[in-house]
Amino acid sequence: MYDVIVIGAGVSGAAAARELSRYKARICVIEKEEDVCCGTSKANSAIVHAGYDAVPGSLKAKLNVRGNQMMGELAKDLDFLFKRNGSLVICTEEEELPALQELYERGQINGVKDLRILSREETLAMEPNVTDCVCAALYAPTAGIICPFELNIALAENACTNGVEFRFDTEVEKIIKSEKGYELHTNKGIFRTKYVVNAAGVYADELHNMVSEKKIHITPRRGDYCLLDKAAGNHVGRTVFALPGKFGKGILVTPTVHGNLLVGPTAIDVGDKEGINTSRAGLEQVMEKAGLNVKNLPMRQVITSFAGLRAHEEQGDFLIGEVEDAKRFIDCAGIESPGIASCPAIGEMVAQIVRDKMKLEEKNNFISTRKGIRRPADLSKEERNELIRKEPAYGSIVCRCEMITEGEIIDAVRRPLGAKSLDGIKRRTRAGMGRCQSGFCSPRVMEILARERDVSMFDITKSGGKSQIVVGINKDAL
Amino acid sequence: MKQYDIVIIGGGPAGLAAAVSAKKNGIDRILILERDEELGGILNQCIHNGFGLHTFQEELTGPEYAGRFIEQVKELDIAYKLNTMVMDISREKVVTAMNREDGLFDVQAKAVILAMGCRERAKGALNIPGFRPAGIYSAGTAQRLVNMEGYMPGREVVILGSGDIGLIMARRMTLEGAKVKVVAELMPYSGGLKRNIVQCLDDYGIPLKLSHTVIDIRGKERMEGITLAEVDERGKPVPGTEEFYSCDTLLLSVGLIPENEISEKMGVEMNRATSGPKVNESLETNIKGVFACGNVLHVHDLVDFVSEEAAAAGKNAASYVKKERPEEGNGREIRLNPENGIRYTVPVMINTARMDEKLTVRFRVDGVYKYCYVSAYFDEERVIHRRRQVMAPGEMEEMKLTREQLLQYPELKTITVKVEEE
Repeated sequence: MYDVIVIGAGVSGAAAARELSRYKARICVIEKEEDVCCGTSKANSAIVHAGYDAVPGSLKAKLNVRGNQMMGELAKDLDFLFKRNGSLVICTEEEELPALQELYERGQINGVKDLRILSREETLAMEPNVTDCVCAALYAPTAGIICPFELNIALAENACTNGVEFRFDTEVEKIIKSEKGYELHTNKGIFRTKYVVNAAGVYADELHNMVSEKKIHITPRRGDYCLLDKAAGNHVGRTVFALPGKFGKGILVTPTVHGNLLVGPTAIDVGDKEGINTSRAGLEQVMEKAGLNVKNLPMRQVITSFAGLRAHEEQGDFLIGEVEDAKRFIDCAGIESPGIASCPAIGEMVAQIVRDKMKLEEKNNFISTRKGIRRPADLSKEERNELIRKEPAYGSIVCRCEMITEGEIIDAVRRPLGAKSLDGIKRRTRAGMGRCQSGFCSPRVMEILARERDVSMFDITKSGGKSQIVVGINKDAL
Repeated sequence: MKQYDIVIIGGGPAGLAAAVSAKKNGIDRILILERDEELGGILNQCIHNGFGLHTFQEELTGPEYAGRFIEQVKELDIAYKLNTMVMDISREKVVTAMNREDGLFDVQAKAVILAMGCRERAKGALNIPGFRPAGIYSAGTAQRLVNMEGYMPGREVVILGSGDIGLIMARRMTLEGAKVKVVAELMPYSGGLKRNIVQCLDDYGIPLKLSHTVIDIRGKERMEGITLAEVDERGKPVPGTEEFYSCDTLLLSVGLIPENEISEKMGVEMNRATSGPKVNESLETNIKGVFACGNVLHVHDLVDFVSEEAAAAGKNAASYVKKERPEEGNGREIRLNPENGIRYTVPVMINTARMDEKLTVRFRVDGVYKYCYVSAYFDEERVIHRRRQVMAPGEMEEMKLTREQLLQYPELKTITVKVEEE
């Protein structure tokens, strides 16, 4: 019997698990995919919003601002990249200035620090590639960019180090209320727990509705993105947003924390909770609308496109709290933008709810820090040579685009909750993330994975399940 | 820091031929840096035949062709380091490289020959809509899996792009027991060699659909199928022409890109048309003593021409090191200007003092041309006018210039190469 089972190992589930691991409790995270960070958390804008967007008084507003404040220290503790690069909301029409002013004021109420409205000249001086049609911009220096994979993986690894169990490839099919809590029926057997945290992303409504008569409804809202080569990474330094309204929330243009340029997303409501397929219309819209706020975008430099699903709950706010008619079942649902920014605060809030209800005691041996994968590229030449002398695998480049060494890939496999698939390696090390999109390194990474995990090449997948890379040997079908 | 006369970046066909030529031209201290575990480059996975008809008047496989040069490198006692990645080259020609044994190390070169080859364009660059399941490979990655490691990437295959590697892989996958359903090409003509279309597609009954592209990819974990559609002149899919193919594999052969990240970082000037360095008659870049040859300079169709070009680069690098080159000032600079149907020329500039008696100018055309002429205008005057039955973008073209010919035009500033109907 677990004290708490968290369903879902995305950023919300991982943040909740990590915060809960401060307390004396038996905790398990159940994830239907083969790894952490496989749903909404892996495909989004990777933005730590400042917090001026959300309606004052909403959970989104409160947790966004709090999460943003927490992110700096969390990044240090858990050793992931986070950069406060600042953001600009671009206003191109005089008559829309009141809307920009309203955003500014909303930010003030929400408690966002250092917001400023910039003139056309100030904006262009700050970001020369912003459209010449700009008439003013809202500047938020506290906004930042992050690697959502690293954030998610760091939270989960740290939770694991602090005793949280993780069960992958485990899908909850049925939930039955029991006297002491809940029975989760999964494809891997029955799990019993006193408390449930429902952090199942786009599936959170299905789980909620299994235990509650007060139904909720989550619509997967697809966002298509294009990722550009690092050669285009300096096109803008800050995250550039459109003024919300005219075209919905609009298409943003942002550098990524690793130096690429990211453009997107669209907002298309879809019925399929696995519908992460991009569409031609969506990609065309991304290219067209990105150009409205940023000029001379080098769209020839696109290295990949992808889509993610936002878990949009129809009430429009995050749903966090114990379900009224299902005691001990804590929703953490409807986590769409600004979910990445909010996740440290979401984790904190969920953990406090559970702590107060269960009267959990704090551990005295909680380990609050975690070291990420060592990046030889950040070392001095002497340090790097010292490392290669000790571990020669750090002298061997496997991914030529991102210059990732075999040492980093081995580390990604061997660490807690280590990578099992090509995508797992990619999200932990960036091998395969560069301009050749794994054409060069995938056979090499497969060999390392097979060797390190002592499995056959036929067991190596792109992302778990039936996503095998090789299906047989030559002439076996003849 | 160790000193070398010539450091060659890459031990594929270009690097090997450049090394052999430099050695034969009197240079002893040569170092080849190769990132793979053996010399030979991409030839090692090209196990089909058809290599060497020009160079050796024999039909060899890729590994055999590479073997001929590797033997010479060994006989000539040319130094090389394997499993070694070049990380950086400074303008002062300090080459920083890394491997397991030496760690991160620097060598000082008098001359550098860039011979890094090219890479395949990836799916991302095409922006194909749909899912991103397992089962999508660049043709070269599949070639490595099948030919070097013996693994089948899939059973039912669709190939997008009719570049040579894609055509070769259509045949290879068939021979290894897969069903290749169709090869689709966005352009109204193939990007590969005519002989490959005949020998790899026609002979095996594999259809080639020109002016077609993939507009959707189905399958969430492993690929389940793709949708092809015909495209109009602007490359836009034509509604109503969609056709679904069930398949577990999509191979992409949609172009090759010279790998010039290191060259660009060191300040080598690039030609947008080739994505390779701009070079002069000596195959020398804007940085004195830095030469380029093979697919890093411009993508070739036949390895024989790579070897020929690389030998020239090796020889020129040798005369640079030996300070035997005629002074630039003793000659004149003539610019080469590609126009009307010609995408680019290599070189882009000729110095009459430094050019050999004969110079091969290589270029590609931008479309299919039948019964037309390739002309060279020496300033205003048409001097070369050569009839060609057919020219296609998939095949590299060349034109010979002689020194004597250029010296006859003492005022000559620009040679314009163009395609003409008459």
